[in-house]
Amino acid sequence: MTDALLDVRDLSIHFRSGAREVQVTRKVSFTIAPGEVVGLVGESGCGKTVTGLALMGLLPRGRSRVTGNIFLGGEDFAAMSPRQMRRVRGRRISMIFQEPMSALDPVFTIGEQISETLRAHRDVSVGEARARAIEALTQVGIPEPELRYDAYPHQLSGGMRQRAMIAIALVCEPQLLIADEPTTALDVTVQAQIVEVLGGLCARLGMAMLFITHDLGLVAETCSRLVTMYAGEVVEEGHIDDVLVRPRHPYSSGLLRSLPALAQRKATLPAIPGRVPTVAEMPAGCRFRPRCAHARSVCEDPQSLVDSGNGHVRCCRQEELVLPGALRGEVAA
Amino acid sequence: MTKRQIVLLASRLVQVLPVVVLATVVIFGLLQLVPGDPAAVIAGEYATAERIAEIRHQLGLDQPLWRQYLGWLFAAMHGDLSTSLITGQPVVEEVLRRLPNTLLIVCGALMLSISVGVPLGLTAATHVDSPVDRVVTTIASLGVAVPNFWFGMILVGFFALGLGLFPTTGAASLFQDPRAAVMHAALPSVALAMGGTAEIARQLRSAMIEVLGSQYVRTLHAKGLPQSSILWRHGLKNVSLTLLTVIGLVFNRTLGATVAIEAVFAIPGTGTLVVTSATNKDFPIVQGTVFVLVMIVIGCNLLIDLLCTVLDPRVDK
Ligand SMILES: Nc1ncnc2c1ncn2[C@@H]1O[C@H](COP(=O)(O)OP(=O)(O)OP(=O)(O)O)[C@@H](O)[C@H]1O
Ligand code: SF4
Ligand SMILES: [Mg+2]
Repeated sequence: MTDALLDVRDLSIHFRSGAREVQVTRKVSFTIAPGEVVGLVGESGCGKTVTGLALMGLLPRGRSRVTGNIFLGGEDFAAMSPRQMRRVRGRRISMIFQEPMSALDPVFTIGEQISETLRAHRDVSVGEARARAIEALTQVGIPEPELRYDAYPHQLSGGMRQRAMIAIALVCEPQLLIADEPTTALDVTVQAQIVEVLGGLCARLGMAMLFITHDLGLVAETCSRLVTMYAGEVVEEGHIDDVLVRPRHPYSSGLLRSLPALAQRKATLPAIPGRVPTVAEMPAGCRFRPRCAHARSVCEDPQSLVDSGNGHVRCCRQEELVLPGALRGEVAA
Repeated sequence: MTKRQIVLLASRLVQVLPVVVLATVVIFGLLQLVPGDPAAVIAGEYATAERIAEIRHQLGLDQPLWRQYLGWLFAAMHGDLSTSLITGQPVVEEVLRRLPNTLLIVCGALMLSISVGVPLGLTAATHVDSPVDRVVTTIASLGVAVPNFWFGMILVGFFALGLGLFPTTGAASLFQDPRAAVMHAALPSVALAMGGTAEIARQLRSAMIEVLGSQYVRTLHAKGLPQSSILWRHGLKNVSLTLLTVIGLVFNRTLGATVAIEAVFAIPGTGTLVVTSATNKDFPIVQGTVFVLVMIVIGCNLLIDLLCTVLDPRVDK
């Protein structure tokens, strides 16, 4: 895996509150190749956002502890000073967030917020920064970019704001974009447009993307690989076509089967019963065991992420189970 | 300036009119409630009933209230706030002679409050829960709790009486002897500034903490902006409206607090004027002074409102 752009190894994130420390992700490992679009899915609270923030070095300092390694283009983040980390953020890795409403500074214009990003990393004149910002606005499909340059966030619709966020993120042409549920807060029609913009940019700029989402339908459309997280752990990782057709982990299978595209035919939505355990009630052994229909006594042992031939799975029964997935055609429809 | 802003500014100006009217009604009305008859006061202890009636007629006190009010308001709008019952001098002259002394210590206090309160609040906000923050918050709570006249007396005792660095009482004209004026105003300003400093530090701290914890500041970090730019460019601009509003509030309160501080330092300002005139039942002076002070407060609030309108790109309505 030496050719990976991003190599995350055994990333564990802990939060401190007072004297107590809770672990919210445990030994998360995955890689992203240059230009590759990887989906990261999992139920709410499983640690997707904190993983993204850790990659950016944006977890609240002092209140969090991170172990494990993150390599970007072979460089170890742990060896970087805060100053060097700052030079990475926005220039080599960018991140966009779920809420375009609150993610933009309300008292600066869209244009100022784009060009200041450029000027923080590149030695360009004010005029040049403006030209590049307008170009970025054009790239994300904002109409009349010269006019929009001077617009304040509140003057734009949610979809336009998210486009502006993307423009901020891509203006320095980073190698990797972390998109944390970029469409969740938007209307369905706008969602599709934003996904299209992101996909187009990745292709055009050769930019890799970590696409964090709840929506497996979007993953099927945009991603070439899928990482599934459950309760702070990676439970499955594999090529999107393999996982959609034949998921190896009961949790991935459950997520896929609760897709609306399938549910319409079956009349009921076969959602996964139960809920994600809190840190206090985390089961020993397989963390998914309390909710798993296939649980056996072997599952009470801790599970490790093992090679499954064309991916990685954290389930000791993966060989014997044949789990239903979602056919690609149905998902994309 | 956009057309929308001009419309907003105009509407703010119109909105302030009812406030002015209400304020004048209250100022006029309050003195009607005061027991005692001004005519009797003027006429003196041994005046006959006819003499009192005559004076009452002269002053227009026998007119219906609403006519008295309109007459008073009309005159006030033309700069005539009647005459002192005791000296017979025009009230306006007396108020204007005293006003600079008051405004000097108020402005001094305000400048001190801002120049000390702003750095304190920002430092606390960027070092939340550190010892620095705890020191600032403690000072701020003390500053709000301690009465400023008491603080003023301590200042006099130490710096004026003890060390002899400043004059203990009185005032000097800023125009005739600027140095003496500043020396006289120094201690009262410091005493007055305490509450405002604390208020500004507290409000700025919490506003800045909120801004620094916001989603958009997370975006700024994600963009790789340097800390200085996040704090001074984005942070300060985002709290500037809060700061302006607090400054307006502090100005109002400081102006009110001059009554006690002027008494402590024996400053011939509007505060002492109100107190002595009230004691002497010189109602036109009390009324006129309060009128001028209230108009200053309304004007100051209006100014801040207008500034906020111009500065805030989000103003919608
Ligand atoms: N600043 C923080 N301090 C303490 N705990 C935190 C903090 N941020 C997140 N957590 C905890 O970390 C866990 C993972 O949160 P995270 O936001 O990464 O979930 P997520 O997978 O992104 O969920 P969602 O789909 O709802 O966005 C949660 O249990 C959350 O309570
Ligand atoms: S290890 Fe057992 S409990 Fe866990 S997912 Fe596999 S089958 Fe289910
Ligand atoms: Mg999240």
